[in-house]
Amino acid sequence: MNIVYRALRILIKIYTDIRDRITPGWSQKNSSRIREWELMAYAFSKSKIGVLGGFMVFITVVLAIIGPIISWEPYWIYKTITDPKLMYLPPCLPPWCSGRPILGTDEWGRDIVAMSLYGFRISFVISIVVVFFGSVIGIVLGLVSGYKGGVVDEIIMRLTDIFMAFPSLILAIAFAAVLPSRIRGFLGENIWFRNILSTIFGLRPQEYPQLAALLSVWIAMVVVWWPGYTRIIRGTVLSVREHPFIEAAKLCGLSTWRILVKHILPNVLSPVIVMITFDMATATLFAASLSFLGLGPQEPVPELGYMISKAGRYFPERSLHVVAYLGLVLLFIALGWNLLGDALRDVLDPRTRRALEFREEKV
Amino acid sequence: MSETLLRVENLKKYFRVRGSFTKKVRAVDDVSFEIFRGTTLGVVGESGCGKSTLGRTILRLIDPTSGRIIFDGRDVTKVKGKALREYWRNAQMVFQDPHTSLNPRMTIASILLEPIKSYRIYVEDEEKFLVEQLEMVGLGKEHLYRYPHELSGGQKQRVAILRAIIVKPKFVVLDEPTSALDVSVQAQILELLKNLQKIYNLTYMFISHDIAVVKYMSDAIAVMYLGKIVEIGDADTVFFNPLHPYTKYLLSAIPIPDPKMARDRKKVIIQGEPPSPINPPPGCRFHPRCPFAMDICRKEEPPKIEVEKNHIVACMLYAKK
Repeated sequence: MNIVYRALRILIKIYTDIRDRITPGWSQKNSSRIREWELMAYAFSKSKIGVLGGFMVFITVVLAIIGPIISWEPYWIYKTITDPKLMYLPPCLPPWCSGRPILGTDEWGRDIVAMSLYGFRISFVISIVVVFFGSVIGIVLGLVSGYKGGVVDEIIMRLTDIFMAFPSLILAIAFAAVLPSRIRGFLGENIWFRNILSTIFGLRPQEYPQLAALLSVWIAMVVVWWPGYTRIIRGTVLSVREHPFIEAAKLCGLSTWRILVKHILPNVLSPVIVMITFDMATATLFAASLSFLGLGPQEPVPELGYMISKAGRYFPERSLHVVAYLGLVLLFIALGWNLLGDALRDVLDPRTRRALEFREEKV
Repeated sequence: MSETLLRVENLKKYFRVRGSFTKKVRAVDDVSFEIFRGTTLGVVGESGCGKSTLGRTILRLIDPTSGRIIFDGRDVTKVKGKALREYWRNAQMVFQDPHTSLNPRMTIASILLEPIKSYRIYVEDEEKFLVEQLEMVGLGKEHLYRYPHELSGGQKQRVAILRAIIVKPKFVVLDEPTSALDVSVQAQILELLKNLQKIYNLTYMFISHDIAVVKYMSDAIAVMYLGKIVEIGDADTVFFNPLHPYTKYLLSAIPIPDPKMARDRKKVIIQGEPPSPINPPPGCRFHPRCPFAMDICRKEEPPKIEVEKNHIVACMLYAKK
């Protein structure tokens, strides 16, 4: 018994209790599924890398949710205008220089740790939305393409070929260059939408030109994101649809849609879940590189990529600590998701999981 | 005589070969037969001769190239949508490999509820009904909420059989239902299928490569070779008085436990592999391997000759008589 396994068991218990409360007898009917979850939890807890990754992702997500709330410095105040000495203060530990930010300040004299808390939220929101929409579009197109075959398949696959052949960064640059002005107009008129956006990004509603830039990064990334999912789903569907249980489902008189949703989708989902975790890392880095190139939000939004690019002007004499710290933040996010994805790949594959079950003779 | 439930007339299924406009795989080539209500037609043949394709084509899982399928007095060759659903409500299938014919992500209960819900069959107490049904095929309540991977091969096949008959169809295609199972389990499954046939007056089309099993199960036997039926007739007639050389060969391949009898038996030995169905040999398709092949076999396709009542054979040896 280890702590991670015990914690996951408690989570599963809470969930089954809730389901039991809603529909009595649920846990008895789904006892096999619950056992499967416990087995997964056990397999996951056995993977040290996975636990480390899960822990890093947990911290990332927690900071993304509460970061802007607990951040102790507002990002929209330009301290260096009144006090130029605050610019790029080096890191300093409390016994020697108390009252100063521990890890130093950026161009405007803001504490970079406080700023990175906003950055966690922004990059998390961007990556989760991009991955969500990208995977939904990709899954739907991939399912249809793989199952229908023929002309439909040809059209969808050639379309994904076109999007894949296009250099994604260039396409995103083109979108990011054209879209913001239009979105800005839209946001200026629709205050409710502006408010929602600013809340989820943890920014002030006044920042709506910056929100427009962030939104254009979203759109640009979703456009280049879905082809990968379509490819992977289509390939898996092609192998799953040959199984006799699909023919049996047809004989049961199910419609194509029901077969896709009930029989094919659950059987192609595990590679997608793994890909989603890996893509959370890639999307974070992609968004950071877009704003590093100046295509994302501008002053005073503390976006990680943009802050690194700004600090780059004084690199390395004055801003080494800023670049190093924010780079480490990005590394932390990306590494966490990658390690988690690596472990999930093993956990979600029934063969490796079963092997573990036999080896340990547990659960 | 009992009435015909399923009649197949000149059924053909050609598959196009990738990268060629003219080449075709003649998986099922001009097949005709009928099955009477409440009886079993056994279809035997070696692997790749089109047995499974025949079964799938009859059930419209694959669309036939030409020919007619008449089920219960209605032409179902080209039906679509609602009418096809209605056909499937009455014609089900049990697949060869129970490990892939059950969705690994669904419990036994939800697998079995699927046809019931889809065909809107009223069941008062689902759980009670399912347990009753499971007990009928030799499973129990404890299997209801399991996943397929928690069951053995034989248990899975019982579930697959139950899924096929739970909507009370008239006709079931059994596509080698026992060939993926242990010998001891095979006998149980065959016994179960026979019992179910008696209870529900089911009509079976039993596909297998094992002529002994087919003889045990069937009232009539059809022998297939390279997409064509070479001999068809009552089970006893075909089994004890085989006419086509290929049928004789299949029968002489059955192992006999008594070595004395095995030594005495006349053996028909044929050589070589079955030719490719993409370009089958001209004339009789069996002639390259047939020990009795004559010149005419290489040129002309053998006619279907009714040697005796309900016993049709496609072979030149019987043409002159």
